[in-house]
Amino acid sequence: MHEMSLCESLLGVIEESARREGFTRVRCIRLEVGRFAGVEQPAMRFGFEVVARGTVAEGAKLEFVDVPGRAWCFDCGQTVTLENRLDPCPNCGGVRLQPSGGADIKLKDMEVI
Amino acid sequence: MCTTCGCSGDGATLEGGEHAHSHGGTHHHHDHTHPHTHEHEHAHDGADEHDRLDYGSGPARSHAPGLSQARMVEIERNILSKNDTYAASNRARFAQNGNLALNLLAGPGAGKTTLLVETLKILAGTITCSVIEGDQQTSNDAERIRATGTPAIQVNTGKGCHLDAHMVGHAAEHLDVSMGGILFIENVGNLVCPAAFDLGEKRRVTLLSVTEGEDKPLKYPDIFEKADMVLLTKTDLLPYLDVDLAALEGNVRRVAPAARILHVSTRNGQGMAEWLGWLKDERRALLDALAAQAQARADMLRAAE
Repeated sequence: MHEMSLCESLLGVIEESARREGFTRVRCIRLEVGRFAGVEQPAMRFGFEVVARGTVAEGAKLEFVDVPGRAWCFDCGQTVTLENRLDPCPNCGGVRLQPSGGADIKLKDMEVI
Repeated sequence: MCTTCGCSGDGATLEGGEHAHSHGGTHHHHDHTHPHTHEHEHAHDGADEHDRLDYGSGPARSHAPGLSQARMVEIERNILSKNDTYAASNRARFAQNGNLALNLLAGPGAGKTTLLVETLKILAGTITCSVIEGDQQTSNDAERIRATGTPAIQVNTGKGCHLDAHMVGHAAEHLDVSMGGILFIENVGNLVCPAAFDLGEKRRVTLLSVTEGEDKPLKYPDIFEKADMVLLTKTDLLPYLDVDLAALEGNVRRVAPAARILHVSTRNGQGMAEWLGWLKDERRALLDALAAQAQARADMLRAAE
């Protein structure tokens, strides 16, 4: 359940921005979640609701923006987009792929008051 | 959780350092310079308690109600960026000490501690080692390590399912490390969560015991894909198992095409020489690279004279 620590990190980023930007309430949070980020979105929602209680982000809506997974194929040497981690290379059918993108969880922007 | 520095994993404690300090609750005050100067107050819990560090036990969060016009704020920040900042500062600290830091990952019971104990026994007297042990509870593992004469510090993550770079930074501050040694960081036994957290290590070593089944690399790819070395452990048990070792290895290669794979058994010694050879090569390469950097800098400074 590392989503809980991700939520705590997310809250840390939000609270830092609140101090810097001087807002007091967050209505909506847009998160970019990579396909390979290893994040369970329902777990993230649940965790965030819990950690955000009593903070500027209490009750804020979490919106997820999916980012495709990218991987480097050891067989054809191309960087390809993958739907699932274990899919074969769409280019050559190879199965030895090293993820090279889509592993991040990024806080894009927030609607604040 | 500490809202200012982002300490996570409620109830994490640290045992076995030089002095006790509590890192949570009411008495805890951060300046914001972080890279681990740690000018916040530490509560000294007394000598009878093994040295402990308490991560956030108190909710010290700000609550700031107010009303104004709604607006959009662009952030564009990776939410693990804080962990990555701590990881970078750990990496700098390890480089400063010429320490080869290794992050050992595996499910519970794959044989991480046993491999470590056997490795430390063999390296004793040749390379100075130190160990950071991560577990949810107990300091059993750190005690096993200390019994070999190696300094070890136990991080209990409490409810936390992984070590993060901040915990490791704290632990490293309290650990007796030698210049040019090897620092083993044994992560919490878990095939999922530890994969996402950079601790500042130079190399990742993932262990999988042959009793765990061929398809584990496909079921839990994240823990394997960033590994530099994959150790298939307990190979002495192979005669008693139906496991298809070639299939297991194929699955590791599929998710971690660049990783080196070794078969090891601490019981019959299989693969131990290769494992120790790899450790020594990695350490040598690191020391050479650090020495070359220092030399280049020295040359630059002399040229500026």
